Amino acid sequence: MMSTEVVVKAENISKLYRLGQVGTGTISHDLKRWWALTRGKEDPYLKIGSTNDRTKKAQSDYAWALKDINFEINKGDTIGIIGKNGAGKSTLLKLLSRVTSPTSGEIKIKGRIAALLEVGTGFHPELTGRENIYLNGAILGMTKKEIGRKFDEIVDFAGVEMYIDTPVKRYSSGMYVRLAFGVAAHLEPEILIVDEVLAVGDAEFQKKCLGKMSDVASHGRTIIFVSHNMQAVQSLCKKAIYLKAGEIADVGATDKVINNYLSREVKNCISVQWDDEATAPGNEFIRLVSARIEPKLENETDPITIATEIDITFEFFLHHECNLNLSFFLNTPAGLCIFNVTTASVLLKKGYHAATLTIPGRFLNDDIYTTRILFVKDTSVILFHMDDILTFEVVDEARTGNWYGKWEGVVRPTLPFKIS
Amino acid sequence: MTEFAKSNDTDTWDIKITSGNSYLDFHINELWHYRDLLMMFVKKDIITVYKQTILGPLWFIAQPLLTSIMFLLIFNSIAKISTGAVPPVLFYLLGTTLWSYFSETLNVTSKTFTDNASVFGKVYFPRIILPLSKVVSGLVKFLIQFSLFFIFWLYYVFVDKKISPNWYILLTPVWLLMIVLLSFCFGIIITSLTTKYRDLIFLISFGVQLAMYITPVIIPLSEVHGKKKLFFLLNPLTSLFEAFKFGFFGQGILDAKWLLYSATFTIISLAIGVIIFNKVEKRFIDTV
Repeated sequence: MMSTEVVVKAENISKLYRLGQVGTGTISHDLKRWWALTRGKEDPYLKIGSTNDRTKKAQSDYAWALKDINFEINKGDTIGIIGKNGAGKSTLLKLLSRVTSPTSGEIKIKGRIAALLEVGTGFHPELTGRENIYLNGAILGMTKKEIGRKFDEIVDFAGVEMYIDTPVKRYSSGMYVRLAFGVAAHLEPEILIVDEVLAVGDAEFQKKCLGKMSDVASHGRTIIFVSHNMQAVQSLCKKAIYLKAGEIADVGATDKVINNYLSREVKNCISVQWDDEATAPGNEFIRLVSARIEPKLENETDPITIATEIDITFEFFLHHECNLNLSFFLNTPAGLCIFNVTTASVLLKKGYHAATLTIPGRFLNDDIYTTRILFVKDTSVILFHMDDILTFEVVDEARTGNWYGKWEGVVRPTLPFKIS
Repeated sequence: MTEFAKSNDTDTWDIKITSGNSYLDFHINELWHYRDLLMMFVKKDIITVYKQTILGPLWFIAQPLLTSIMFLLIFNSIAKISTGAVPPVLFYLLGTTLWSYFSETLNVTSKTFTDNASVFGKVYFPRIILPLSKVVSGLVKFLIQFSLFFIFWLYYVFVDKKISPNWYILLTPVWLLMIVLLSFCFGIIITSLTTKYRDLIFLISFGVQLAMYITPVIIPLSEVHGKKKLFFLLNPLTSLFEAFKFGFFGQGILDAKWLLYSATFTIISLAIGVIIFNKVEKRFIDTV
């Protein structure tokens, strides 16, 4: 392990944003502020900011995106920053990467820092791959010499030798992204800040990105990773900071922080009903009436655990008699399909119908799941489909034993497995 | 974060990110570190202008040439505005070359923040690098255009023998530097002021066009009389343009008093420009 030298230190950082339109009114605000400050008084707009809770209507024109954030990051740490949309993750990222500055407080950094909020920043479509590597590298803070040293490696990583002197506007989007990420991946900062948006793209690319990052982390460099993807945070980060409404809600070992986050933030959508047929999802063939998840729980307030049996029911109205079957997909929010089951095709009359699927207990792993439903006519024509109607979370049950790590696997069935 | 090790506050930190309310924290070292980026931007500007054109950089020459011919037709032949003892073509060529450098640099640097918001929003580098790179890439274009003027000038000096330059020609780089600085300073002041209030942008784009008429681009200062002359002279560019012409043509008005005025003007706007740019760059992304 590295020495515990602190390389990033945030002291009471706060960031105030003005809500709504900037334009009319700002001159008068600016003048009032200037008048107050010249008289030695406090900034009149700094006091009234509300905490950043997007669900409530703001009481004033200003809101704290971050409020009194304090933390330290040691050399060699991999830190995940998690939180809902709007919790202040992006703002913190922008502050750390020096894109904007805090309203108050101070962040101190030791060593070279590089932020990857986007790949290919400053890429120019008319320039060749070679020219863009140099330009992008320089934007990210490398000198010409450093880029020159890494040049072959970058080209190799991106696999674009043949096209290196072709303008990047002629590149396929895959080549473009690979080249852009190649430059970013060969930065050698002591502290690397990565936004999860980087990891969008195909699964292969995602794996490559995360792989490169853990590579970087294993070389004793410090990584700050901002993400929604708990899986990625868990696999990459030893520690995590959980932001909620602009404040630090929890900090510490990743597993502990993530559990805390999930228990406080994930809202299950386990029942939807459409009373008005005109606005219900569907079309001239079929209309959804309701969709719900019914876990078999002892108390209604208990969470769904890996041991819980779950019924999923869809009610729908069929406008024309036909041979119909339903196809159901269970997905993770990242889009990975856990399974797909179909009903038998049956001749259904016009009218209300319902279909229920039962997922046994001790089958799903602890994760968040979403649903996708297809209505199929004559086993070949899709009449209607809908994604993400229901979302639910399965949590781990209290474990016995000493191991608390994430249980691997997309499913977690109990299968006969014995020592003889 | 109690469970993480406490640090020693006397440690030296490489970067401090603060609310940035102090006016004077410049990072010259950092600027030096990013010098390669400056050159990269310059290269990009120059390359991308004439990609997929046949004539390439020759287009740089067409612009002052055609403008001068136009001026020759309209202002000289039709409106009969005299250019003094200087051959009109030469007079217009120098005027438009200098003026287009000034106005184009001003126009592009005055949009530094708005045009580059997407890059600035994603990655940090000293923002001043961008307007600086525009100044330099503009200079490359200027030099190409200036060499066109230079060829004409050589003809009139050695073949036609209509004009006689003098030793003040050696001060040309000084006048040029001042013109460069003025366009840069005006540009960064305007871009700093317009991140929040866009109104100024509209004023600038046609304001620059109008300003050409109180700069000796079409009319030499010697042809301007009375109170109007003061109006011309208050424009800091006027004395610089005249000094330029004095060196090359032996014609024009070289007035130390007004040159000093231009120099003072340049230095003051440089100070103002750098200070407010430095202040605005830290937080403009929130309002742009």
